[in-house]
Amino acid sequence: MGDGLAGRASELVRPYRAVLASRVRAQRAYRASFRADLFGTAVVGLTELAEVVVLFSAANGTLGGLDLMQALLVFGLAELAFSNADMLFGHVDSLARQVRSGTVDILYLRPQPLLAQLVTSDISLRRVGRSALAVVVLVVALVVNDVDWGPRAVALLAMSLVCGFAIFCANFVTAGGLQFFLLNAQEVTNAFVYGGRHASTQPATVWVRSITVIFGFVFPMAFCAYLPAMLLLGEPGAEWLPAWLGWYAPAAAAWAWTVALLAWRAGVRHYQGGGG
Amino acid sequence: MRVYARILAAGFRTQSRYLPAAFAGLLANATFGLLKSGILLTLVDDGGGELDGYTAGTMAAYVWLSQGLLGSVNIWSLPSSAERIKSGDIAVDFLRPADVQLASIADDVGRGLFALIPRGLPSVGVGVLLVGMAMPAQVLPYALGAVSLALGITLSHALAYLLGTAGFWLVEVRGLQVLYMGVAGLLTGLITPVWLFPGWLEAIAVATPFPAVMMYPIDVLSGRTTGTDALWLLAVQAGWLALALAAGQVATRLGRRTLEVQGG
Amino acid sequence: MSGTTSDTIVEVRGLSRDFRVRDGLKVRRLTAVDRMTWSIAAGEAVGYIGANGAGKSTTIKMLAGILVPTAGDVHTCGLRPVKDRKKLARRIGVVFGQRSQLWWDLPVRESFGILAAIHSLSRARERARTDELVETLDMGDYLGTPVRQLSLGQRMRAEVAAALLHRPQLLILDEPTIGLDVLSKQRLREFLVRERAEHGTTLLLTTHDMGDVERLCDRVLVVDHGRLAYDGSLDGLGRTVGAERVLVVDLAEPCAELAVPGARHLRSEGGGLRQHLAFDPAATTAARVLAAVSEQADVLDLTIAEPAVEDVVRRIYERATTSSS
Repeated sequence: MGDGLAGRASELVRPYRAVLASRVRAQRAYRASFRADLFGTAVVGLTELAEVVVLFSAANGTLGGLDLMQALLVFGLAELAFSNADMLFGHVDSLARQVRSGTVDILYLRPQPLLAQLVTSDISLRRVGRSALAVVVLVVALVVNDVDWGPRAVALLAMSLVCGFAIFCANFVTAGGLQFFLLNAQEVTNAFVYGGRHASTQPATVWVRSITVIFGFVFPMAFCAYLPAMLLLGEPGAEWLPAWLGWYAPAAAAWAWTVALLAWRAGVRHYQGGGG
Repeated sequence: MRVYARILAAGFRTQSRYLPAAFAGLLANATFGLLKSGILLTLVDDGGGELDGYTAGTMAAYVWLSQGLLGSVNIWSLPSSAERIKSGDIAVDFLRPADVQLASIADDVGRGLFALIPRGLPSVGVGVLLVGMAMPAQVLPYALGAVSLALGITLSHALAYLLGTAGFWLVEVRGLQVLYMGVAGLLTGLITPVWLFPGWLEAIAVATPFPAVMMYPIDVLSGRTTGTDALWLLAVQAGWLALALAAGQVATRLGRRTLEVQGG
Repeated sequence: MSGTTSDTIVEVRGLSRDFRVRDGLKVRRLTAVDRMTWSIAAGEAVGYIGANGAGKSTTIKMLAGILVPTAGDVHTCGLRPVKDRKKLARRIGVVFGQRSQLWWDLPVRESFGILAAIHSLSRARERARTDELVETLDMGDYLGTPVRQLSLGQRMRAEVAAALLHRPQLLILDEPTIGLDVLSKQRLREFLVRERAEHGTTLLLTTHDMGDVERLCDRVLVVDHGRLAYDGSLDGLGRTVGAERVLVVDLAEPCAELAVPGARHLRSEGGGLRQHLAFDPAATTAARVLAAVSEQADVLDLTIAEPAVEDVVRRIYERATTSSS
């Protein structure tokens, strides 16, 4: 019985596995350029890191209530979650281009759900470079900061990484859904995809009210890294965003995915119904 | 010279057809502007209202001018000439009477100048209305600033062109491009003002052409740097531009020879 | 499979599709497909022709479940295309001449492997079907070549094989021979004829090439401005619009306008050195026209031109407007 179920499950994932495996093979085929790309994504991560280091070093002790090492904990959590999401979901953000080139129509001719096909149509292994850098920063920050290690801290850390990843993935899907409407203005979605990434690395205490609303709740970026990190560090959090809200990261992730799936469904309907 | 002015004007007009994209870019810029001004103004506040010569007003000016310039300078991507170099199509361009390097840069600068209208000006408008950024009250900083801006935009495209010429010799330029993007993003002062860097990093930045792309025009335009200091920055920009153009010219000639040897 | 679905493969009733087009600030409605009704029986081979923008691609997208009709009904393989898209995908194959369903950076063989996984073919079925297609489409030489390195002719054969891998009941081809050289066209047509004979696959193809229609189709649908302008056999189409062929002869010496029974002089070039004669293939033959010409002048060379699809469509349209006025 269990065998039959496993067999059915393996048959179910076979299409996705076949496509992804081919993407992995293709990317590893060009070793020299793959290594250059790995290095390149790490450099991008490094410049993002430089911003945090420069700003918090220029500060007079603390900035927005955090010192440099505390800020690096927020950065490491956010950066790792984002980079992993970018690796698996980043190409969903180029949907407008894929609509223009007609590759989306090809997906309609295959017997799997569209979004599942699109997500598994590619993987950017080169982003491992950026993830690796994020892991280093995160480990250093966890060691240097005063974290009260125990089951609670481990659970917080795991929850933060999983929910942060889910929220960033949801943002990519929301962007994809909206790009069905924004074929010539798809940069609009950069505002919350990349703006959201940027926001997630900041202490929420420095946000102006409009940003608190947008990136605290509409796109719940504060739940990716800042709030869980404040719980880990025993810091109070920000006005409107107290640290204890960090425990609600799974709810924030569920909310982000609700928005994402609604945007996706609206986009697909628009494409089938109104687009041309 | 007339031919390059024509090409520049054509680039300007071409870009006017991408208005929706420009407004979309503006929305993204505004979001980043709000995020950056939040943390940078807190930084100035915590420093007692003044930090490395920045006040709240001039810091806001930095944020919104740098965001406004993003549609006009090229820090991120390879220019269209790089694609033609890589594919070898550039060989056709060599048959035309216009200089390949200047024509290609003129086109990009034309597009960049147009982007000031839908992206640059509104961004500054947002800054003035929403966050009260400081702008100088005299005329001179604007006149100098306009020259500095033009030099900075042209320099960014001249450097991007130079980067693209690597395609004459390298099979894959993407690794180099990403590296360039990272280094340029930091050293132009896009991510944070160069003057907030620790001393050693600031020294490195000033030794490269990158601050001349963005940091100097912003300093001159916002009135943070005035008088002879401003004129000095303009001279430095002009110097870097001359150097970048000369290097691009040399690389183009060498590349053309390589192409002809391979092609023949 | 139920009896009704096996008889009718495509059924279209009152099918319409509008698009909203932005024209400056105004939004205009454009009707791409206008109240069309027709059906295709299992095993038929149907040519779907019309000028650019006549609504062909829109119709195909509605049949495949990519677009939702504005009004009317469509059933493909007995299914509602949009609602049952995933089920339908297992029963139809579509080749878009302009966009590839293969993975450009992978060898052809790997693309087939992935598509087999996508359609959940068992390894045994996958191997048998791939072998059959490789053999009949003569792809053995380039199975290991990445798709981006294939010639257009090779790629189109691979595309057709990819669309047929899962043995669809219906194969839809959108401009399958566009840009192909004569030999590649011929090969592809021969294959499609054979596939149809052996597996009973229903064919629906859009094309600009009358040659495709003549060699592949036993029925023609002509669309014009989104409406069905003709539905019937190819011969019938020729009869209704008088689809003439044109015989072009190069003569040894300049000659006055040739007068040939059963043919119409169209024009002369080079002072009468080259002359164009139109004739109705239903009424006479090229050989008879040529024989008549030879009696009047020395023929050095000749060509016979097929009527262009645009020409046929234009005449149908003219006929429709004159008969309605």
